[in-house]
Amino acid sequence: MIEFQNLKKVYNSGGQQVAALNGIDLTINKGEIFGVIGFSGAGKSSLIRCVNWLEQPTSGRVIVDGYDLTVLSAKEIREVKRNIGMVFQHFNLLNSKTVFANVAMPLILAKVPKEEIKKRVNELLEFVGLSDKANNYPDQLSGGQKQRIGIARALATKPSILLCDEATSALDPQTTSSILELLKKINREYNITILIITHEMAVIREICDRVAVIEAGKIIEEGTVFNVFSSPKTVTARNFVSSVMNDQIPDSIRKIVEENAGLQRIFRINFIGNSAGQPLLSQLAKKFDIHINVLFGNITELQGTPFGNLIVEFQGAESEINRALMFISQEKVTVKEVKAHAS
Amino acid sequence: MLVNSDQIIEALIETIQMVAFSLLFSAVLGLPLGILLVVTRKGHLLQNLPVFNVINGIINIFRSVPFIILMVAIIPVTRLIVGTSIGTAAAVVPLVFYAGPYIARLIENSLLEVDPGVLEAAQAMGATPAQIIFKFLIPEALSSLVLAFTIATIGLVGASAMAGAVGGGGLGDLAITYGYQRFDTMVMLITVGILVVMVQGLQTFGNILSKRIRRR
Repeated sequence: MIEFQNLKKVYNSGGQQVAALNGIDLTINKGEIFGVIGFSGAGKSSLIRCVNWLEQPTSGRVIVDGYDLTVLSAKEIREVKRNIGMVFQHFNLLNSKTVFANVAMPLILAKVPKEEIKKRVNELLEFVGLSDKANNYPDQLSGGQKQRIGIARALATKPSILLCDEATSALDPQTTSSILELLKKINREYNITILIITHEMAVIREICDRVAVIEAGKIIEEGTVFNVFSSPKTVTARNFVSSVMNDQIPDSIRKIVEENAGLQRIFRINFIGNSAGQPLLSQLAKKFDIHINVLFGNITELQGTPFGNLIVEFQGAESEINRALMFISQEKVTVKEVKAHAS
Repeated sequence: MLVNSDQIIEALIETIQMVAFSLLFSAVLGLPLGILLVVTRKGHLLQNLPVFNVINGIINIFRSVPFIILMVAIIPVTRLIVGTSIGTAAAVVPLVFYAGPYIARLIENSLLEVDPGVLEAAQAMGATPAQIIFKFLIPEALSSLVLAFTIATIGLVGASAMAGAVGGGGLGDLAITYGYQRFDTMVMLITVGILVVMVQGLQTFGNILSKRIRRR
């Protein structure tokens, strides 16, 4: 478990005080995959680096597995760090050492006996699927392979927490999803708490249980991935969500709609879970004297639950449209009127 | 020719001795200084600006004194350490004062090339500062350190030849006494030729070793 209490970090840059973290209160539960998303400079990097003391906060508390890092000695913090693995954007492997030696490094530092190191490293290389690369050097590996080695190294001391600092940001989409699969497997098989910081919403959607949106050193939104994706509350969160779930009316269609003067009203209908399986639109068309024109639609799966998003145009008499809306409001969907030019 | 082959071989051995011993002692002096220059700087492992500034300043002072003047200036120190200010052993003292700070700078350069991310990974693993220096910083810089020592060794070959001017012995002494002051062109050509071969050999050896460490 990781807990931040009123965490603040102020940098002194050229005589100017820059607040990277501006009072963060956040709890990451044991065994969950938690994502922190934000634009560069939002403070997410400072936040994750406070967990393993690569950065020291100016004030506030960081509590890791019950240990308050702010009161521990340097030696005690080094002990706590053995329980926290970290994976980096640029892998940070030792180029002068073999894959085997890289993975063995945390164990060598912890003075684990040689035989045990050998056993553990082979086990880890097998887990990440790179047993055959043990004697290669990092510069002989692809980016995805390097990150697998980085992950194996981070897991060497059997930590209870894994920190991922933009772990997939330097990788292509296909490699990214294979690394995310690996992280999921780690979380499932070893029940390791994973804290991920990223600027890619796709990463959050893919593997996180909960997500926090950070902006200007503050958590501006927090919740389950499903809730944040299906009903983002802040502008920033909405922007991030729309970066992976396109829910805008396409320009070409918008133009046609705008040119079509007349009695037209446009609605966004969100289907969640089972309601996504209902023939709602055909029911509406049969029961009421209206025409329904689908402008846009998609269904995304969030944490295993389908989430549908439809933008429709209702044509017909005002009274019929209102009756149709009454009918919809009784179903398990949310409906919201939108202007053609708005989202 | 005013000298025979025995004299040349003797001078060659003296040069090798001077270079070898001064390299050894300069490394002993320069290596820790170079490491300190890196780890005590701002934002680094063991940030300590007073220590950094003092070492940095002293190294700059020694590096700014021309070697020929340095040799003369530290004669009292040489007498104190070796007992005399003339001869091969005596030449080693100013050579160390010359090459030590030089090596410190070269090492500083090599160590600064190491990817800070690797050191960050080491810190994240809970490595102690000593572990970070000896298990991460130096191994990662080793290939570059070998090249740095190659440069320093070649610098010492040149400086040791200059030490001949104050009676240090070696090939430089031979070249100055016979080749220059007594106009023996042959001696000059032979000594310079030997120095050229030495430098070529050292550089080639350094390059091969560095490449082998880099393992590409």
